[in-house]
Formats: sequence, C-alpha cells, structure tokens
Amino acid sequence: MGSQMAAISQADVVASLQDVGLSHDGGEHFVLRHVSLTLARGEFVALLGPSGVGKSTLLRVLMGLMHPTEGQTGGAACAPATGKAHATGRSRAMVFQDARLLPWRSVLGNVMFGLEGLHLNKSEKKARAQEALRLVGLEDAADRLPRRLSGGQRQRVGVARALTVAPDLLLMDEPFGALDPITRTSLQEELQRIWQQTHKTVLFVTHDIEEALRLATRVVVLAGGPPAGITGEIVLDMPERNPDTPAFRTYAARLRAMIAGEPDPGGEAYWRSAEI
Amino acid sequence: MSRKLSGSVRLGLGLAGLVLFFGLWEAAVQSGLLPSGMVPAPSALGPAWLDEVRGGFWQQAILDSLHHYLLGLFIGSVLGAGLGILCGMLDLLDGLLEGVVRLLRPVPGLAWVPFAILWFGLSTAGATFVIAISVFWINFYAAHSAVKSVDPELYELASAFGHGSFVGRLFKIVLPASAPGIMAGLRTGLGQGWMSVVAAELFGVPGIGARMMQASSLLATDVVVVYMLTMAMLYAITDFLFGFVRKWVLRWQP
Repeated sequence: MGSQMAAISQADVVASLQDVGLSHDGGEHFVLRHVSLTLARGEFVALLGPSGVGKSTLLRVLMGLMHPTEGQTGGAACAPATGKAHATGRSRAMVFQDARLLPWRSVLGNVMFGLEGLHLNKSEKKARAQEALRLVGLEDAADRLPRRLSGGQRQRVGVARALTVAPDLLLMDEPFGALDPITRTSLQEELQRIWQQTHKTVLFVTHDIEEALRLATRVVVLAGGPPAGITGEIVLDMPERNPDTPAFRTYAARLRAMIAGEPDPGGEAYWRSAEI
Repeated sequence: MSRKLSGSVRLGLGLAGLVLFFGLWEAAVQSGLLPSGMVPAPSALGPAWLDEVRGGFWQQAILDSLHHYLLGLFIGSVLGAGLGILCGMLDLLDGLLEGVVRLLRPVPGLAWVPFAILWFGLSTAGATFVIAISVFWINFYAAHSAVKSVDPELYELASAFGHGSFVGRLFKIVLPASAPGIMAGLRTGLGQGWMSVVAAELFGVPGIGARMMQASSLLATDVVVVYMLTMAMLYAITDFLFGFVRKWVLRWQP
C-alpha cells in the first residue's frame, strides 16, 4: 500500500492530506486525527466508514470549506488560489447529499451557478451547462424548476453543476444516500459511465460497502474514534462489479473487518463469510 | 366540517357583507337609532363626495397624499429592508445595533411629528419623514428575520462554487432566498404607509389627512367618511398592483 503512494509522481497528485487533524472547537476534542491520504489523477476513491465518523468533515477539508486544525493539505487541486484572472474552471467541485439546488433557479440556472464569475461569456456558460445536462441525461429539463424534479433528477442536476466547472477533483458527499434503491442503482451506473468518459479524479463518500465496491478503483476506510483515522485501504482489482462474484464478496468481508477495526482477513475472507 | 369555499362564492359573500353593512348603517341612521349629527348616512356620502370633486379638493388631496405616500414608502422600505438585510448578514453590525433598535422600535410614527415639524417644517419632506419611519421598522424586521432564516447550507454551497464573498452571498443567495419574507414586509408596509398618511398630514401638510382634519373640525362627518373610504380604496389599489410585482418576483414559488 505504501509503495503505491511512492509510485505517484508529484505532478499526478491531485489532492493530498498530510497528518491532518480536525477539532471543531480548535481544542483537544479531535474528530479526525493523523489522517494522510493521496489522490492520484484519474482515481475513483471511495471513502467508506460508518455514519457520523467524520467522512463529510474530511471531504470539507479537501474542498477548502474547513481548515485542518493540524497537518496540511496539498496537491494540484488544493493549492491555494493562484488568483487566475482568466480561469474558465474551478479546481474542485462538490456534490451534496441533499442535492442542494436553489429553488428560485431553473435547472439550467442551477447548473450555471458555478460558472458565474468565471472568464466565460454568456453563450459559453450556457453551452457548458447544456453539455453537462446532456451528460446526465437531463437536457430536456433545462427550463424546469427544481421542485418539478424527482429526487434522482435533482441529484443528477447536482452532478451536472459540479461537472460543468471542469474540476480537477470531484468530491461527492453520499450523493445517492437519500435515494430509493432502484434510483440509486441507476445513478451509480450512470456515474460509472460518466467517470469512464471523463476520467475525473473522484472522492466518493459512502457508508455503503456495496456502493463503494461497485464504483471505486480504491476504497479507503475511515473508522474508529473519535478521533477517527484511516483503518485500511484496498486497491480494487475486479473487472466485473457483480456482488455475486467471490472477488466482490471477499472485498466486502475485508472492508467490514476494517470498519470494525479487526485485522484484515485477506483473501481467505470469502470462504469464511460463505460458511456463515 | 369546514370546507374550502370557491373563489367566486367568497367574492359574492364579501360583496353581500358590504351591502348588508351599508344597508344596516343606512337603516340605523334613517330610523334615528344613530343620531345623524354623529354619523352620516351612507346616502349622504355621494353628494358630499361630488361636492369635494367639483371643488377639486378630492383630486388635489389624493395627488398630495400619493406624493407623500410613495416617497415615504420608497425611502422607508429601501432603508428598512437594506439595514435589515445587512444586520441579518453581519453579526457584528447586528450586535452593535441591537440596543438602538430595541430603544427606537416602540416609538410610534405619530411621536415623531414634533421632530418632523422642527426638522422639515410644514413640508412634503416632513410628511414623507413620518411615513418613512413607520414603514422602516416593518421592513427592517421582515428583512432581518428573512435573512436570519436563510438555510446556512446554502452559504456552504455558495462557498463551494466560488460565491463565498459578501457580495456573492448577498446576490446569489441572500436576496433571492429571503425574497418571500422581504416581499411580505413590503406588503405590510404598503398598508401601514396609508395609515400613517393621516398622522403625517395631521399638522397641516396638505393631503387626504389634512383635508380630513379640516372637515372634522367643521363637524362635516360625511366628508370625513368620504376620505376614509378614499383611503381604503387607494390602499386596495396599491395592494392589488403590488400583488403583480410580488407574483413576478416570486414566480418560482408554487
């Protein structure tokens, strides 16, 4: 695992955390501590952990919405704003669990939200937003208001809003957590398709082991605490993302152990879990 | 048991209520139940109104009052809503002004009349001042609480997408998100403004209020009632017209 980090050249580090700790009041009550994580270009990393462990907080540190109490952030996407006057995109973008659309703006207006203030003229902004809506299959809903959309459609708009600013790093905070299982599965497939088209660097927060295994190239487990820390990680080597395959079930058992703070059962896990 | 009445039924009921109100009033005066020296009969209002129109007093009073009203409403609404928004957004300013606000808030518009005379004299500016003050507080509180209740998660959204500055938050989040509350304040101010027109013109600045005062000092109760109804009509018109503005601004609401 350590060797994998060394293999990444500095230019390919999109974002990194070095020994990051965070306490909300700045005192000794740390939510996260000694967290180090490196995201390489083109990776789809799932940040897996139980609810309330501090996954969203970690995401907000990477987004620059919260400052770490100790440790540092780094990488191309997390570099302090260089004051680019003619920027046509943003280094980071976020998809929220609750979609968080502005009810007074149309779907197109919501997608254009992040483009406002960039060095683009009106027709360029509109074209970029429409392009992103096409990517999530909502080009026909551009003029609709958010309240006329289903939960799944709202979340797609949230994804389009994030993609349209052409971020180096896409942060997703349990984006499908509040959806019904059928919608969730179809959005997972869609996200997988979009990722294969764009090869964005993605950090995807989830508490759902199966979701992490369906989507990610690497799963990082955040557990324990408080303060919580990274208790393990697995680089997935699985051509087919089918929950019924032995490989999938082995990975699931290993992740369950990491979340519980038990030693990694390794490749034997599937056979053991099959006995139960 | 309580079923919703349809719009036309409600309108019909409202009209029937008005007819009943004026009918009972007329009957009470005609029968001598109410002394005609104290209360004018509704049937006396038409001739009284015609007299006022023929003399040109009615039109002039409306124009004068409309002038005070619109100017006072504009100044009071803009300043009140503006300061309310700023206090809602900036905790430091909010804290600094909290004591002052608590001190000045309960002072009724009428109490400012002596100062209006002292500072502005018997002029349009004096009347405008009194109206503006009474409208100011309504808009201040409406805007303040509307901004305070903006979902903080929207500020996080703004920060995540490059609009985290004060100006970005103001225009991208605060103004549209608090528009329903601000509009409700403006609408209440619209009514309050007409009520304070009387107070504003009490001390002799010409207008509907001044004309009412003149008539009442001559015990011309029919003329007083004519101007009462005039004011009710003007309020109904301004409220009706504002309804379109409100509907347009909040066209995204269900």
